[in-house]
Amino acid sequence: MVTVPLSAPLRVGFDYTRSLGPVLGHFMTELRSRRIVGVRGSDGRVHVPPVEYDPVTAAPLGEFVEVAAEGTVVTWSWMPKPLAGQPFDRPFAWAMVRLDGADTPLLHAVDVPDSSAMSTGMRVRVRWTAEPVGGITDIACFEPISNPTTDLPPVIAADVSMVTTPIHLDVVHSVSPEESKYLRALAHGKLLGQRCPKCHKVYIPPRGACPVDGVPTTDEVELPDIGTVTTFCVVNVPFLGQRIKPPYVAAYVLLDGADIAFLHLVLGCAADEVRMGMRVRAVWKPPEDWGTTLENIDHFAPTGEPDAAYETYEGHL
Amino acid sequence: MSTEVAVVGFAQAPHVRATEGTTNGVEMLVPVFAELFAETGMTKEDIGFWCSGSSDYLAARAFSFIAAVDAIGAIPPINESHVEMDGAWALYEAWLKIRTGEVDTALVYGFGKSSAGDLRRTLALQLDPYTVAPLWPDSVSVAALQARLGIDAGLWSELAMAEVAARAGGGDAVDLLGQPYIADPLRRHDCAPITDGASAVILASGDRARELRERPAWITGIEHRIDSGSLGARDLTTSPSTVASARAAGVDGVEAAELHAPFTHQEILLRQAIGLDDTVSVNPSGGPLAGNPMFAAGLSRIGEAARLVFDGLYGRVLAHATSGPALQQNLVCVMEAR
Amino acid sequence: MKQPAAVLGVGQTHHRAKRLDVSMAGLCREAIDRAMADAGVDWDGIDAVVVGKAPDLFEGVMMPELFLADALGAVGKPLLRVHTAGSVGGSTANVAASLIHSGVHRRVLAVAFEKQSESNAMWALSIAPPFSMPVGAGAGGYFAPHVRSYIRRSGAPEHIGSLVAVKDRHNGARNPYAHLRQPDITLESVRASTMLWDPIRYDETCPSSDGACAIVLGDSSAAHKDSAWIQATAMRTEPTTFAGRDQVNPRAGRDAAHALWREAGISDPLQEIDAAEIYVPFSWFEPMWLENLGFAAEGQGWKLTESGATAMDGQLPVNASGGVLSSNPIGASGMLRFAEAALQVMGRAGDHQVDGVRRALGHAYGGGSQYFSMWVVGNEKP
Repeated sequence: MVTVPLSAPLRVGFDYTRSLGPVLGHFMTELRSRRIVGVRGSDGRVHVPPVEYDPVTAAPLGEFVEVAAEGTVVTWSWMPKPLAGQPFDRPFAWAMVRLDGADTPLLHAVDVPDSSAMSTGMRVRVRWTAEPVGGITDIACFEPISNPTTDLPPVIAADVSMVTTPIHLDVVHSVSPEESKYLRALAHGKLLGQRCPKCHKVYIPPRGACPVDGVPTTDEVELPDIGTVTTFCVVNVPFLGQRIKPPYVAAYVLLDGADIAFLHLVLGCAADEVRMGMRVRAVWKPPEDWGTTLENIDHFAPTGEPDAAYETYEGHL
Repeated sequence: MSTEVAVVGFAQAPHVRATEGTTNGVEMLVPVFAELFAETGMTKEDIGFWCSGSSDYLAARAFSFIAAVDAIGAIPPINESHVEMDGAWALYEAWLKIRTGEVDTALVYGFGKSSAGDLRRTLALQLDPYTVAPLWPDSVSVAALQARLGIDAGLWSELAMAEVAARAGGGDAVDLLGQPYIADPLRRHDCAPITDGASAVILASGDRARELRERPAWITGIEHRIDSGSLGARDLTTSPSTVASARAAGVDGVEAAELHAPFTHQEILLRQAIGLDDTVSVNPSGGPLAGNPMFAAGLSRIGEAARLVFDGLYGRVLAHATSGPALQQNLVCVMEAR
Repeated sequence: MKQPAAVLGVGQTHHRAKRLDVSMAGLCREAIDRAMADAGVDWDGIDAVVVGKAPDLFEGVMMPELFLADALGAVGKPLLRVHTAGSVGGSTANVAASLIHSGVHRRVLAVAFEKQSESNAMWALSIAPPFSMPVGAGAGGYFAPHVRSYIRRSGAPEHIGSLVAVKDRHNGARNPYAHLRQPDITLESVRASTMLWDPIRYDETCPSSDGACAIVLGDSSAAHKDSAWIQATAMRTEPTTFAGRDQVNPRAGRDAAHALWREAGISDPLQEIDAAEIYVPFSWFEPMWLENLGFAAEGQGWKLTESGATAMDGQLPVNASGGVLSSNPIGASGMLRFAEAALQVMGRAGDHQVDGVRRALGHAYGGGSQYFSMWVVGNEKP
């Protein structure tokens, strides 16, 4: 039977907070007032958007030059199927636009109905967003200069020193064929490790490569759901994205017969009663809630047996 | 007398649209390492220095390269470094390490699972984070802006681009021009495919290299440079960093070149920048248009070019690697038989 | 074959929780401009640039050295970007040294930075992938169990971690660039601070900082009479987890130290090293790394700490700068250790200068205590 390794979507996202410093801060402040400024470089070129350090001499720059909100398309491309986050969700053009008074072109979007409306050398003008915040997206896009102009509400000028940039990526997280077997066994309430064919150590989860020998683990070994706490900490810190409410005990559990411990949660006694060497057993969620995840084990709880001797786990610290 | 360094081994994972494996590359790297060791008769204990190239953003994970070390079996601990760059720059670091005289062999690898995310969108995060990236200009669109600049300047044409594609992938250039644009002026055949993959190279110095392979590919020059991070401040119709790297590396007399050009117009641009005439065989492997595993493809160019020397097909070859939007950062490596 | 290499100058930013007055480029340049002034070189004198920082997810920029090329003065030059987890600042300095050792370059600029306030390091380090048990809780959650193992194994008394915190914060108060400057902190106040990741208390943990560090390195022809010579470098890596791994005293660290001392011609590091800048993000790592580095026998490191040997006026002053416990811009933290070691040798450490330093250690580690980078700098050319 051919089985495909398990995979699942993972969304990684954060709204980044960027401090701008004096050059970019001034640019964004001016944008918010619907003005565009560039900066003069060491060679006299006016850079728009402004650069903080000269591309030729690396010197810090700071001589601002106001430029026009209209300019010329230097080059363009057509985006038939926009991606998430781009200026439009309908087809549009990307263009590099050299604004009148600037020497270097700015990359932005041009709003035209189809690519036949685009040409190198065409004249375009900024279309401002209705509610500027002090960011490059205050320029909603460019549009052909022949479009009628629209009246805009006034803006309240305020210094801009930060921008917030959401960055959210969707990826597919996959696990190795060996770990997939273990996860599929977990869905049936079984703990399945594998032995490395070279060093004969039992790994749980099994590995696409034994970290010592660089070969996949092979022989399957079913392990009991009982083991020893080798070491642990008590997490008292709340943080963004946390899925278990603190305080909780994060412990390395060495299952009987395994040669490596894994991290899990220990409950069933007060946090300050958890000890190195404590014997624990898995407390499983109800079978109807099982999936291909170690979360099927809700937590580990003390068995009440005497603690394991230090010598039995000191090689796993 | 400086240390002579040669490429003595090269292996790579199959170039595929999507592997089922993990983003840490282990499943791709294990067989690649095994092949390299079989080819050279070496073991992991024979390697003096390890260096790899990969990207956390490709995997959308912090420290994504750490698990790749499992593929080595890094016990005893290894002398190792990692660059957040294509493996070609890892090879540069390894070349330096051998030249210090501290080690006489190095294994370099690069890997990437581009299929895990939306590659052209992820690469927008290489652009200026204040004034450009918030618009999410994707990598294909940025390349298309560069392509049109060259077309308008008369440096290349859509037909010349299609001819590059036809040579790499077969078909007739004029027929290819009948295909629709995916990012006008780029058509699908102008763009490298999204590819998962891994590659690895072994370097060795002097006599060690001669022991390991009958015809090592001796590195006679390896240079890299970077251009401005401001797209608008660059002349996108050429690549000053490539010009400078090629000049410093010394490209006279090269008979074949493996160019890391993920877009057809970039192959033409690079030929112009390096100064390769029509007698030079370009991308006999098929090049990135046949498979472009991110963070491995540049290293693969060096490996593919070295293999031309191993096999006695050419006496002097060139490999090129690129990084960043629209060919911002470039490396040129010239190798020869002795 | 191997060309001698020296530190010509170093620079660092003022480290703060949020450096809202600068962009990423401005942050880097604050350190770079100081390093270049300290070295007495201008941009024409720099042949190559090596950049290091920890995960790109911290700033939300993929390979930020690309957009930073202009600010880093790298346009038209070779630029390398190193990433070896938390050890990266040290690795970056070592890679820059190899550019000189190889005879390829004469002067090299090494830069490391982290602008952690752009996001949240706890978030970036705790992203739980599917199928796993989401018990991870940042670096503190990772390292706390291993600190517990150390305490169990060595029999160290409970107050050792607090002693280190007091010492390093007092040292940091003498360092004008330090993020935390707490001259009034006491053993009692540390021990009264909140238990974050038991057994690690709030005051025993590093801050989260914005900051950068830069070092200008050069060959023999570029060195000055008071340059700090690089006498040895070492890097070692082992896997994050494997059966029987020693997480308290990792073999990669022991092997790296062994190679380092051998190359530097040092047989008794406690006697022969005059100052050490050791990567101690959680205070208990001082005694742990003293053992791992060979300054003390296994299980004995805490006694060195307890005796006062690692204080400013002790036999082996450790982290006279205040260390990672006083400033922690993650990607730059390792380079700060390497730069502070050089400052001690050059005699330019100001109020935290240790008397008569002839040889100093810079140390960094990263990942799950699995990436190690180190150097020894001294006032004698090797």
